[in-house]
Amino acid sequence: MTPTHSQAIPRKAARGFLRKYVFSTDHQIIGKQYYFLALFSALVAMLLSWLMRVHLAWPRLAIPGLGELSAAGAPNGMMTPEYYLSLLTMHGTLMIFFVLTTAPQSGFGNCFLPAQIGADEMAFPRLNMLSFWLTFTSLGALLSSFWARGGPATSGWTAYPPLSGLGSITGPGEGWGQSLWIISIALFCVGSLLGALNFITTTLDLRARGMTLMRMPLTAWAWFVTAILMLLSFAVLLAACVLLMLDRAAGTSFFIPAGLIVSGQMIQGHQGGSPLLWEHLFWFFGHPEVYIAILPAMGLTSHLLSCFARKPVFGYRAMVWATIAIGFLGFLVWGHHMFVSGMNPYSAFAFSVLTVVIAVPSAVKTFNWLGTLWGGRLRLTTAMLFALGFVSIFVSGGLSGIFLAEPPVDVQLHATYFVVAHFHLVMGMAAMFGIFSGTYFWFPKMFGRMMNETLGKIHFILTFIGAYCVFMPMYFLGMAGNVRRYAQFVDPYLQPLMPLHRFITVAALGLGAAQMIFVFNLFGSLFGGEKAGENPWEATTLEWVAASAGKDLVVYRGAYEYAVPGKEKDYVMQNAPDASGSRAEKGARDGNAN
Amino acid sequence: MATQTKLSVLEETRGGDGDGGNWGEGSRGRFGWDPGAALPVGLTGIWIAMASITMFFAAFTSAMVVRAGLGADWTRVALPHILYLNTAILLASSLTLELSKHCLKAGRAGQFSGWLFATAGLGIAFLAGQLDAWRELAARGVYLARNPACSFFYLLTAAHGIHLAGGLLALFYLVARHRRIAEGAIGGTALKVTTLYWHFMDILWLYLFLMLILWV
Amino acid sequence: MARVLSFTIVLGTAVTVILFWRRVWWFPPNISTQGAGVDREFGLTLLVTGILFVAAQLILAYCIGRGRKSGRAAYNTGNLRMEVARAVLAAATFIGLALSSYRTWARMYFIGAPRNALRIQVEAEQFAYWFRYPGPDGVFGPMHLRLVNDATGNYFGLDPTRDPASRDDIVTATLGIPENRPIELLLMSRDVIHSFYVPQLRIQQDIVPGMVIPIHFTATRTGDYEIVCTQLCGLGHYAMRAPLKVMKEPNFKKWLAKQAAEQ
Ligand code: HEM
Ligand SMILES: [Cu+2]
Ligand SMILES: [Cu+2]
Repeated sequence: MTPTHSQAIPRKAARGFLRKYVFSTDHQIIGKQYYFLALFSALVAMLLSWLMRVHLAWPRLAIPGLGELSAAGAPNGMMTPEYYLSLLTMHGTLMIFFVLTTAPQSGFGNCFLPAQIGADEMAFPRLNMLSFWLTFTSLGALLSSFWARGGPATSGWTAYPPLSGLGSITGPGEGWGQSLWIISIALFCVGSLLGALNFITTTLDLRARGMTLMRMPLTAWAWFVTAILMLLSFAVLLAACVLLMLDRAAGTSFFIPAGLIVSGQMIQGHQGGSPLLWEHLFWFFGHPEVYIAILPAMGLTSHLLSCFARKPVFGYRAMVWATIAIGFLGFLVWGHHMFVSGMNPYSAFAFSVLTVVIAVPSAVKTFNWLGTLWGGRLRLTTAMLFALGFVSIFVSGGLSGIFLAEPPVDVQLHATYFVVAHFHLVMGMAAMFGIFSGTYFWFPKMFGRMMNETLGKIHFILTFIGAYCVFMPMYFLGMAGNVRRYAQFVDPYLQPLMPLHRFITVAALGLGAAQMIFVFNLFGSLFGGEKAGENPWEATTLEWVAASAGKDLVVYRGAYEYAVPGKEKDYVMQNAPDASGSRAEKGARDGNAN
Repeated sequence: MATQTKLSVLEETRGGDGDGGNWGEGSRGRFGWDPGAALPVGLTGIWIAMASITMFFAAFTSAMVVRAGLGADWTRVALPHILYLNTAILLASSLTLELSKHCLKAGRAGQFSGWLFATAGLGIAFLAGQLDAWRELAARGVYLARNPACSFFYLLTAAHGIHLAGGLLALFYLVARHRRIAEGAIGGTALKVTTLYWHFMDILWLYLFLMLILWV
Repeated sequence: MARVLSFTIVLGTAVTVILFWRRVWWFPPNISTQGAGVDREFGLTLLVTGILFVAAQLILAYCIGRGRKSGRAAYNTGNLRMEVARAVLAAATFIGLALSSYRTWARMYFIGAPRNALRIQVEAEQFAYWFRYPGPDGVFGPMHLRLVNDATGNYFGLDPTRDPASRDDIVTATLGIPENRPIELLLMSRDVIHSFYVPQLRIQQDIVPGMVIPIHFTATRTGDYEIVCTQLCGLGHYAMRAPLKVMKEPNFKKWLAKQAAEQ
């Protein structure tokens, strides 16, 4: 059987390259596999966003090379409207599922959840391998739709029926492309469910001695709560995908109403299904999903601010409860995506109030981040810079959520670029900042080398400025009534906004180019980076415990014991035994736990 | 669920080496968990899996309630009578599984195996009965897309059947190793996990059947 | 780096504030009675979130740029009373904002259109809108799915030979409405989900196949505007629109008569 964490059975030496690096059951290898899968997806998705942005700013420009890539989608390099929608769908789907759900949770989580709680493996290693390969297959299914007849799906990452439910009659990409999209997402759901099962069990059962829940690092808390959200929400998305697939393939009428006429053709055989039913199911998953994307980054930010401000987390307990509250309330607010959908207006108002309530734990977190920084002794490593950037960007994106939570204001701003700005900042960019800070922070542990800090800092400042230049102006576009998901801006009232669009596109190209610095730094450091010490950041948590300490860890204190008065160093590791392990010491810890 | 893998992980037991004792200060989790205590992860895992499966079926059944409320096209379907028999069979299988477990504890190895075999047999009988219900409906010309009520009938029975088949595979796993389990050599956790899951399938079916009686 | 970053944050905050303050890009002017409520609500929210935005960014910039101090930080693990106070304050502010939008929302959706409202049907399809006025009899003739035919211009599937109520119905490609009179639109879609959005009216509503969704408003300023689709409906989504013409009452009568004559 597999080794257990407290028995000193040496890990079986893995045989062969395939077993060791491909079909591995080692959580660290699986974590890295997830990480590189996400990195690859992010690069593809970013490339797609470049194409979209260039097309939006200069619609009549032939994009060199695009014609060769897809003769049908971009004859002579001129993008067709349906191809724009395909790129949009692929960009959104890749980013949401394969980047933001994958890297911070499955990637970093696999690498460091066991390490941080003092386990030496996940609870179900083979299940873990299966989760990864399901995700991998899911990505393959999605990308293969680029070569499907009609191209990839065109219905956005939300796939509202009837557009997504009737086959290619509603447009190119709605045939094979949409089917592959649904299959891909269903596979992704299964992979994520198994992954979540593993994370939760690991957190509950495999903590080291003394690692009480209230001593867990906030990253571990975030992975734990995120896993619960995944466990419950992906089950619903899976169910919704089954229903949509049946509507498409078996002629059922869950979502497809009766009596439709598409392109002059009567659609036979469907009865009174409801598109709103899909919207409810989708957003019941969709809202928790945005917290799945952001919670790990929030946890990481708390972790890093404390480590690099050399101060305990301000209000550890409040942070934990805020995470739990977000997780719980996240299931009650899905209706805020549907204020103008034709849903009952009374329930819309209830959703509105619940939505602003969920803003409170986020506000608490922001207060506490600032509280952690206040009076700190900041060490501005690249990881810290990205954590600081996260706070700034999260605030800039999060506050606009208050507008969208008020139904009458949402009526004006819904489906405009205001929303695009909101979610790219609060979820997209903020989570990307989390991924970056995690990479710079944990790289030494993952690969035994340091990343180049100078390149890292250049990467940071360009990304920070770039993110603002790309996404802040979109608020103004949205206020001016600029609708999202448009392949071109042909309406006369949008013409005055074109200069702003060109500015955004130029900024997006720059932002993308800056990411090449990151890629270069990552791979360069992988092979040529300076060798890392055991605990290069002087952090307190268990993943930095020297391997020589053995597996039998015992935890004596909370996760953020920085600047403890009377100690020799300005940090005390969680597993450092205390000579004076007395009641007084315990009292100090409980006070800390506040 | 990924049945294959589930089988192989059924037995994994992790955690402490049984010392379970006092680890000095701070060893007890604030939520009452004993960190590091010898918990069979399979048991925790199955509880979590059941939460997820509950969510999956909650999505289906709430979709059904909403869809039925939309009105005009919801024509009810007479449920095949064999469903009552199937329900009885499934309930009986839970009982035999409990008996089997009981006999194992009491050290009656032969009876343990007998009841275990009976459980697997009843499980197969249940699935066969469900197929027969489909056959009967099909013979009446009631197919999947005929109307939304029968779409939900096929959907719920199929989804439950697939999950139950997973439990059946776990039972086969136990059956294949019944001797060694009876000797107490292996499988304590596997038996517990399977029993739990099997009873859950039972309760899930009762819920679904009730929903079908009320809405379809 | 500390200086660079805190300067960047301060600069970015200042630019954002100036752009909002000077209204360099802004909403198109409001032309409906309930729009003022929307604008007021937006302004109030902008004020509150603006203060929070500036405060948070400046504190962040201050913490970063304050320069290095030597020695250890204070061992400060939080302050429960302060945290609770701030959470309560945040909750009160946010919930207050949400509740303050109640009146405007109620006016748009909780109460129906007034009796004297002019009722117009809107039919959306990939990628066009059609409008139907009930004519002098005030009754919409029944729609027959099988008769729908874009080629012959029978967008609503009317059968004037059999249905007397259909005979005086007027079908147009432009939504013409009188100024200062309540309008009720009955939104319907024939294929996929579309949407009805006129930024100047401060109105946006999805049009869902299988449902008839009523909305109502009163336009207060004459002029030519655009109705655009905001719900992804296929490859022509970006170009799906229809003209909206708000006219003085007499002009509207003349316009409608002309449309009727052209049928
Ligand atoms: C390199 C930076 C990025 C650029 C330049 C960019 C650009 C865009 C553009 C142009 C659109 C289409 C807007 C429209 O037509 O309505 C879009 C949509 C979207 N983006 Fe990004 N994006 C970036 C990063 C991200 C990230 C990090 C995420 C992760 C959440 C993300 C998620 C999405 C989603 C979910 C959509 C909506 C897709 C849909 O409407 O179905 N993007 N993005
Ligand atoms: Cu949401
Ligand atoms: Cu549209």
